[in-house]
Amino acid sequence: MHAGADASSETMPAEALPTWPEDIFSILRRFDVRQVPYVPDAGHSQLIDRVLGTPAMRAIPLTTEEEGVALLAGAWAGGQRGVLLMQSSGVGNCINMLSLTQIFRFPFLTLVTMRGEWGEFNPWQVPMGSSTQAVLELSGIKVLRADRPDEVREVVEAASGQAYNACTPTAVLLSQRLIGAKVFSK
Amino acid sequence: MSRTNLLDRRQVVSCLLAERKDAIVIGGLGASTYDIAAAGDHARNLYLWGAMGGAVMIGLGLALAQPKLPVVVITGDGEMLMGMGSLATVGLQQPKNLTIVVLDNECYGETGGQASHTAGGTDLVGVAKACGIAEANSMTTMAEVGAFKGSLQNVSAGPRFASIKIDGANLERALSSRDGAFIVSRIRGALGFQPI
Repeated sequence: MHAGADASSETMPAEALPTWPEDIFSILRRFDVRQVPYVPDAGHSQLIDRVLGTPAMRAIPLTTEEEGVALLAGAWAGGQRGVLLMQSSGVGNCINMLSLTQIFRFPFLTLVTMRGEWGEFNPWQVPMGSSTQAVLELSGIKVLRADRPDEVREVVEAASGQAYNACTPTAVLLSQRLIGAKVFSK
Repeated sequence: MSRTNLLDRRQVVSCLLAERKDAIVIGGLGASTYDIAAAGDHARNLYLWGAMGGAVMIGLGLALAQPKLPVVVITGDGEMLMGMGSLATVGLQQPKNLTIVVLDNECYGETGGQASHTAGGTDLVGVAKACGIAEANSMTTMAEVGAFKGSLQNVSAGPRFASIKIDGANLERALSSRDGAFIVSRIRGALGFQPI
């Protein structure tokens, strides 16, 4: 599995890369997001590259997603905002650590690229993908969802606003329809 | 590892924090949090009563946000084992102001003293070194702890890791605040940040 396996980045020329990752990047910059922990996903690759190229932001690769929840709690205690980038399968790894969002009442925002829906080839992605939203909601996280490229900006804007201005822990699900189902064979 | 002449955990933590100055101190779930509370409540103490495995990552987030302040994570072997991957994440980021101290009694003291992996072959100092934390040492004497405590203030030579072998005694709990919103707001206030 590699970042370039994403259907959209394989089949589109560079100038035709989707613009919604750039929309997300602009919003994160405007909200002064400084720490960006992630477990990589093809759907986040464009955004991760932008963060890696921005000295004012710290890209922090994780070994497992719950590390990112704890990291963002520490970042907030130290006066910085962050955002956790992960895939839907990673949400399950986070469950106990998500209690920090209620205990510390800190501005938690995560952007979750969805697998296990919309033409999924790999059945192993389906169980966690099917329960991602419910798991987040049971853990006290508000869930917003973007299905189309043209709604990503306003959804991430709203999510960032409620997370950073109101300390309302929030997840944005970036749907597999938006990202494109991963192509395993032609 | 010999089980004789092991150190008293409260004495170790009191020694480490005696001249803490501006340091931020994070206590891992369990007895480490009680040890830090026993050494004296402080506005820059972050006590954990849950989130097992998260202490080092909370320390990393703080250390990256406040690179000029010493950040010290004090946790137990069980809590460290659950978050062992975070040593790799710290090794990658190389925060120069972060110190990780594991109080290693080789057991889960809060739950009946069941043996932990460090009672067998697991070598946390070796793990830390292999993850790129070059300054990683095991300590078994108060002389070593006393010589080490000054380095906590050095914010240009970390990250550093110490495993301090302590005895398995279950001491009377020194209860810190359990109100996470209060604890984190108090630290933010001490650092000059306002509530939302």
